[in-house]
Amino acid sequence: MSQTTLPPVEKTQPVSAPSRRISDRSRAERKLGWMLAGPAFLVMLLVTAYPIVQAVYYSLFNYRLTDPENRSFTGLSNYGVILTDSLWWQAFGVTVLITVITVAVELVLGFALAFVMAKALRSLRPTLRAAILIPYAVITVVSSLAWKFAFDIDTGFVNHWFAWLPGISVDTDWFGGQASSLTVVCLAEIWKTTPFISLLLLAGLAQVPEVLQEAAKVDGATFWQRLWKVTIPNMKAAIMVAVLFRTLDAFRIFDSIFVMTAGANNTETVSFLAYRQTITRVEIGLGSAVSVLLFLSVVIIAFGFIKGFKIDLAQARGE
Amino acid sequence: MSTREKVWWWVAGVLIILYCLFPIAWIVSLSLKAPSDISNAAFLPTKATWENYTQIFSGSAADLFLPALRNSFGICLIATFVSCILSMFAAYAIARLDFPGKKLILSTALAVAIFPVISIVTPLFNLWRQIGLYDTWLGLIIPYLSLTLPISIWTMSAFFREIPWEMEQAAQVDGATTWQAFRKVIVPLAAPGVFTTAIIAFFIAWNDFAYGISLTSTSRARPVPAALGLFSGASQFEDPTGITAAAAVVVTIPVVVLVLLFQRRIVAGLTNGAVKG
Repeated sequence: MSQTTLPPVEKTQPVSAPSRRISDRSRAERKLGWMLAGPAFLVMLLVTAYPIVQAVYYSLFNYRLTDPENRSFTGLSNYGVILTDSLWWQAFGVTVLITVITVAVELVLGFALAFVMAKALRSLRPTLRAAILIPYAVITVVSSLAWKFAFDIDTGFVNHWFAWLPGISVDTDWFGGQASSLTVVCLAEIWKTTPFISLLLLAGLAQVPEVLQEAAKVDGATFWQRLWKVTIPNMKAAIMVAVLFRTLDAFRIFDSIFVMTAGANNTETVSFLAYRQTITRVEIGLGSAVSVLLFLSVVIIAFGFIKGFKIDLAQARGE
Repeated sequence: MSTREKVWWWVAGVLIILYCLFPIAWIVSLSLKAPSDISNAAFLPTKATWENYTQIFSGSAADLFLPALRNSFGICLIATFVSCILSMFAAYAIARLDFPGKKLILSTALAVAIFPVISIVTPLFNLWRQIGLYDTWLGLIIPYLSLTLPISIWTMSAFFREIPWEMEQAAQVDGATTWQAFRKVIVPLAAPGVFTTAIIAFFIAWNDFAYGISLTSTSRARPVPAALGLFSGASQFEDPTGITAAAAVVVTIPVVVLVLLFQRRIVAGLTNGAVKG
């Protein structure tokens, strides 16, 4: 509403005194607001912005920790080295593959779990909720170890149990090849993080107005029609938020790779590559450049999601 | 609901419970296997034994495991405490006060939450070595704040927004001082939200692996997840599988107990923070 359309009404009350008091008060509130929220804000900037600036800076040098004397400015050549190396593209491809597979499976499975939890009998609901939190709470390293030991050729029971399936025998070496290793990695990731997605989807399901469901039912819509035409469109925001968070999370995969394959048989991911360059090989320059590229990939994914799918976080928050 | 339908919901429910608990049951079973049983290709041990647990608490693996357990508890509790205090002030300001920059703080928290940990580790590894924070508690507590602060701010401000702040004024009208009104009315209302946030933050810190493995080198500061990732048996002639499994079970117990005790609150916290923010 623009000011000009308002009729010039004679103001009956003295304006100046209270308005200054309000602005004083709001100024004090502003100050207090920043005093209280400032420290948290500052710490967040310090622990993330500073390191990433540092990483960008290091990435411009040829810098090896064991040979600090020969540190030299090389501009963008580290990026050139990485982006023309098949090792980077291999790691990038593996990361994208794991992300796409796990997020797709988790979305479907998570929706099914959320659906059962929403509809399940009242007596079963608390137990289900407690059970579904357990994979969320178990640390990734432990779940990775559990899955690794289960599929391991010496300690595992999986081969023994599933030997009747074609392609699996008692001595199938799951960690001997790329495809089978990645299968186990994906299975472990899916087990661990599906509960998180299904909790978010359950919250989304609760926001679908019951009236719409009833109306569709009265109009004679089948179960699937109601699912596709009423339920899913109404929880689009929750679905998008869940997919966005999980995609970003999956793209950073590190723990499971470290524990299960340590990058053997071309199962290295981008995070693992950055770790190996910096911490194992102490190639600070190259490692920093990989870190910056990883950071950029995550930023691009986040922006792509928010712009491309028009995720309105405010809407998802029910505002 | 017909009986037939009821049966199906029960079947679906039981399947979900099995799905969630199966890997846990397996690691517990593995931890109870004797060395001779480890490769029996069966899910269950032929005879359960506490041998692996004795090893990690007083045997050959105790030197590796016990310091790690102490580090994990200490570092995670301090990081949780610090991030709770900081985010409590921030969330109070966001929920209660009107000031420009609220959105900026929330978006920064979101940006930090999606930050790839490994991208922070690389520069920290070098910096910590230079200033002497490498392989120390403080050297892990500081980066852990990047994990715990964002989720704490989001979750807590979601909780704080639901507090009816008018009650504070009502108490003041009834004759309470500002401090009394705050302490007697707001603190009890805010406490459950703060507590839930603390539990979630603790989970996240407890789960960290990337910082733990990259910024430590000895048992001085190495937390349990990193120690587990590096477990290779006390001697090379010993098969570490059973011992690792026992250690994994011990690390899992505190979080599972917390989950079972506070499940209702945790679910509310997780979904509020992410969906309602």
